[in-house]
Amino acid sequence: MQIFLNEKSINLTTPSRLHLLRDQFYPQADVLIVNGYPADNNQDIHDGDRIVMIQRGKQPSSQELEDLMTARHTPGIQEKIKRARIGIAGAGGLGSAVAVALARIGIGQLNIADFDVVEPSNLNRQQYFIDQIGQAKVKALQDNLLRINPGTTVTTFNKKVTPENISSIFSDIDILVEAFDRADQKAMLTNTFLSTFPEKYLVAASGVAGFDSSNTIKTTKITPHFYLCGDGVTAAKPGCGLMAPRVGIAAHHQANTVLRLLLNLDEAVE
Amino acid sequence: MQLTINGQKKEFSTPITVQQLLTQLGLSAERVVVELNRNILTAEKHPETELKSGDSIELVQFVGGG
Repeated sequence: MQIFLNEKSINLTTPSRLHLLRDQFYPQADVLIVNGYPADNNQDIHDGDRIVMIQRGKQPSSQELEDLMTARHTPGIQEKIKRARIGIAGAGGLGSAVAVALARIGIGQLNIADFDVVEPSNLNRQQYFIDQIGQAKVKALQDNLLRINPGTTVTTFNKKVTPENISSIFSDIDILVEAFDRADQKAMLTNTFLSTFPEKYLVAASGVAGFDSSNTIKTTKITPHFYLCGDGVTAAKPGCGLMAPRVGIAAHHQANTVLRLLLNLDEAVE
Repeated sequence: MQLTINGQKKEFSTPITVQQLLTQLGLSAERVVVELNRNILTAEKHPETELKSGDSIELVQFVGGG
């Protein structure tokens, strides 16, 4: 009989029951989950059961977290994700959400650049907390990402990104996420990065404001190394502000495009 | 002269530079990304770059917000 215990495959040669299994493998566990449901009695174990045993208040080690992620994502995929080095230019509504999504799946390295500090008006969409107001965004984001997944190495650049420093900040990454706010800065980054590193990939965003339909946000492959997420037209302006839902949709289009590029899943050029 | 602009074929009767094309289309050089035959064409090259028949050009104008 084969079961999965904390995402690891185990072969049982004799029939077993839940508490026997706990005493054998995780005697300290006080939360037992069988096939997605908390189990409160000593039930029989069946072939193919997925069992999770948790000790309340105990944090998994980095290695345990990585094993869990590998099991969930399958080994070949997780290896590619772990090897990936991704740049994020801008740690606002787009950049902070992209960073959280990429850290959660276990991206190996993130280079994050931003010159700003966390302001109260950012909290309607950006992945910061009230007690981080006034902190440098890159530092606050690094702290939050460390709490989500200590296995992701986060390198921060607390400075304004300029045509002069793009090649040093993002020289060691494979894919850059453009997550700026201003249109001219988006264009500057795209022009400089793609002309400096024609072999690397850029995933940009344009048209993410307001509350128009979710379904107008899409991912377009402009050219083989340049992807654009958003509706392309909805600029932030008075009466059409930036809000967590739609900015988040675009950010997750960007994060998923990064993941698809890492897994060599291509889109067609439009 | 035939150009392909964002995948659409367009006829032009007179020679045109990238800068003139952007002006004609009402696009702003500071907010735009120009790819000419798959290569990025940075803003300082817009005035001097004359388009040739058969050229393929991708124009993306960014809007603010993020």
